[in-house]
This record gives sequence, C-alpha cells and structure tokens, in this order.
Amino acid sequence: MTRDQVDARIRAIAEPFNKKGVEIDEDTTFAGDLEFDSLTVMDFVAAIEDEFDIIISMNQQAEIESWGDLVDTVAKMASQ
Amino acid sequence: MSEGVSQPDQPQALAGEGRDLFSKFDPLIAMREGLLAGGQEDPFNLVMEKVLSPTRAICNGRDTILLGTYNYMGMTFDEDVIAAGKQALDEFGSGTTGSRVLNGTYQGHKECEDALREFYAMDHAMVFSTGYQANLGIISTIAGKGDYIVLDIDSHASIWDGCKLGDAEVVPFKHNDIEAMDKRLGRIPEGAGKLVILEGVYSMLGDVAPLKEMVAVAKKHGAMVLVDEAHSMGFIGEHGRGVCEAAGVIDDCDFIIGTFSKSVGTVGGFCVSNHPKFEIMRLVCRPYVFTASLPPSVVATAATSIRKLMHGSNKRAHLWENSKRLHGGLKALGFQLGTETPQSAIVAVIMPDLERGAMMWEALLKEGLYVNLARPPATPANMTLLRCSLCAEHSAEEVETVLGMFERAGKAVGIIEG
Ligand SMILES: Cc1ncc(COP(=O)(O)O)c(C=O)c1O
Repeated sequence: MTRDQVDARIRAIAEPFNKKGVEIDEDTTFAGDLEFDSLTVMDFVAAIEDEFDIIISMNQQAEIESWGDLVDTVAKMASQ
Repeated sequence: MSEGVSQPDQPQALAGEGRDLFSKFDPLIAMREGLLAGGQEDPFNLVMEKVLSPTRAICNGRDTILLGTYNYMGMTFDEDVIAAGKQALDEFGSGTTGSRVLNGTYQGHKECEDALREFYAMDHAMVFSTGYQANLGIISTIAGKGDYIVLDIDSHASIWDGCKLGDAEVVPFKHNDIEAMDKRLGRIPEGAGKLVILEGVYSMLGDVAPLKEMVAVAKKHGAMVLVDEAHSMGFIGEHGRGVCEAAGVIDDCDFIIGTFSKSVGTVGGFCVSNHPKFEIMRLVCRPYVFTASLPPSVVATAATSIRKLMHGSNKRAHLWENSKRLHGGLKALGFQLGTETPQSAIVAVIMPDLERGAMMWEALLKEGLYVNLARPPATPANMTLLRCSLCAEHSAEEVETVLGMFERAGKAVGIIEG
C-alpha cells in the first residue's frame, strides 16, 4: 500500500468526525485544527485500527500531532 | 562564584502579562466562579459539621440524609468496628511512622491481610495505604516496557495513573465492548505480556461489566486479568466478593483490587491474588514500599469490618431492595437514569447540563438530601450526573422520603414535569 492510498483511506474514515469540514493537509492537527476531544479520538483511532488491522497504543498516539504524522505511522505499521 | 548568586531572586516573568505555571487552570477557575456567582452553595466544598450515623449528618446546619457516600454496608458506626479501633489505638499507638517493609508492619496489618485472604478465599493479600495506591502500584509494577495493557476507556483515574507510571503500551477500548476488547487483544504482537484491566461496577453510572464474557475473552488470548471491585465488595456476589463472584469467574481473575474506603468503612486499599509468586510484590512495588503503612487503628477497624461483611447477607438483601426501590421510583417520576435496570448500589441521575445539575444539587441539599454532583472529566460522555449511592442502613421509609425530595426539587428546577 502506498502512502497516498493510506492517506485516502484515513481521509474517508475522518470524514464523519470532521464535523466542521476543516480542510485537511499534512500539517493539520487533531487537537487544535480538528478539535477532536478524547472520546472522538478513541472512536477515530478504533476505526483506523479496524480498517488496517493494526494497534495504535496511547503511547504511540502521544507522538502523533499532525495529519502527516498519522499517515506516516499507519503506513509504516500497515506495511509490516 | 557561581553565576546563580548574581541572578535576581525573582524568576523572570514568563511570556505574557501575569502568566505563570497556574495559568493553565484559568478556564477551570473561571468555570467555578461562574457557577458560584449565582449564589450557589459550592458543590465541591461541602462540610459535614456533625456525622450522626452512616446515613445522616448535619451539613451547613441542616439535618441531612446522606445519599452520596460510599458507605454501602453502613460499617462506619458498627460497635465492634469502633471497639477494635479504640483498642488498637490504646495498645499500638496512633501510627506506625514507617513503611510496610521496614518498621511499619504490625500484628494488625497481618491480621487484616488474613481477613482479606479468608474473605476472598485466596492465597495472597497485600494491604496498601489507599486503593489509589493499590492500583498505581500493582499495575505499574506488573506491566512494564514491551508489555500491553488493554483497558476499558471509562476506567478509574487510579488505573490510568498506574498505566502512566509504568512503561507498558496502553490500549483502551470502548466501555464494556467485548468485541472491541477481543480485536485489540488479537492484534498484540506475539510474545508480548498482556494485562486486561476491568472494573466490576463502574462508579459513575453504576453499571456492571459483563465479566463472564470479558474474562473468557481475556483468557482466550492468554492475558492476565485485573479486576477493580472497589464498588462491589461486601455487596455483590454471594459472599460479597464482587461482580467477578456473581459472574462465576473469580477463579480466572488473577488480581482483584479493592479499597477499605467504601463498604469496609475506613481507609486503605488492597490486592488479592492466587499467583504463586505474588509475595515478591512487597519488595518491588514502589507505592507499597515508599510510603508509610496504615495506622494500627485503621487496620484493626478494617479487619473487624471485613470479617463482619462475610456474614452480611441480610444487609446485602436489604441494600438490593433499597437500590431497586430508588431506581424504580426515580424512573417513575420521569428522571433519566444511568442504567435501564438497577445493577449496583449506585443510581446515577442524568442532568441536562452542569448549570441545572448544580441547581438541582442545591435544591436537594435544601430539602435535606446530600447526593454527589459529578461532572466532566470524571464522567463518561461529558455528562453531568447526580449520583446516589445507597446504604444498607437506609430504611425503607428513608428511601420514600428521598423520592419525595427528588420529586419536589425536580419540579422546582424543571428537570421533570410538574
Ligand atoms: C474504581 C475505583 N478504584 C479505586 C479507587 C480508589 O480507592 P481509595 O479511595 O481507597 O483510594 C476508587 C475510589 O475512589 C474507585 O472508585
């Protein structure tokens, strides 16, 4: 799976959580720009985990700030 | 001469006028001030001037029914419990002034652990200074770097803090969602240690976990299971051992965490286990080692209370009656409750928002009823709750009185139709 494919799949998952329709680019942040609260983060992460059959622990989530970070992390996990 | 000496005493002001390390609390301070500006009594600063019994106290000069304590089994004024505490004070003094592993283990601490082993019919019991420390200590010590902790998203703060103190990978799942838990366990890398953490009763809504199914799933994946039974001890299960006993899975629970601050009626925490190597915890568990042990009077009251709880089946039956009556009565009045059916000694009433929750809380206090006001972030899904916790010493008449108070206050504040 290419990074672009991963990006596209996560974008589809993010859509229903992105209530304000914020334009997403590599630098978009989850807490700041998308205003995800902790419950939204849990549901969003669970959906990604199910889609790619991976596990993203809270320790790993703490390292992820921007959209680009997330795509990188998931692309790396999904290729393993 | 070191450079420091020539520096001014005052630290440099941080960027921004009047900002310091406390600035991050400004939104919370503002919220509190907003709440109190309406002339409200402060829901988080109530003082009980006199405590008359497990179910009554004088609060702000008013005789008040207590429906917001964790005194589920009403042991705080038990004659035998109090006598044991007084005797221990006389014979062993007011405190141990030392750690359990140094000079802080007295006869009473051993007797308290004996009582716990008997109560749970388990091989090992370890008493901590609080339940908070029991979770902090056991979780952070057994799950280390490279291990995985899979836990319910609505877990108690002491469980989260235990995860934070250790170095394990932390993986939460949606509240009581068996399938979500199963999937996460299935994705953990081969060979990693696994610990599943669950609670018997979740204290915010008073709902119980489907432990029969969840413990079976955990075992299927070869995980160890820790269950926090803080809010069920003494009440749920034939012998009061908790939801894991009622669900018939206590033998598959590797660790049970509990507290003396609820049904036992004093303060302290514990972990019981059948693990053959459990005793090593006493040497490696930092929140056990690096703090003073409980005072002799406290462990004496705890041991006496635990032994009495073994024979508490009549009280357990009455507490169930109280819980069912209050739950059914509030529902009939039109209140929205945290659970469809009564599942524990906690009945949570869902408020439309914090403002009306605080108004309702105050209206009840003026009626002479104390309940717990719970608000985010302690509550799930950002709810504001009025949490009622029943006691085996509440009489049937008192429960009726409480229902009348809820009806009047609920209509006055506009929470139910009047
Ligand atoms: C589920 C749960 N675990 C642990 C604790 C901590 O107990 P303690 O009051 O003994 O520190 C509490 C009580 O606040 C609790 O509700």
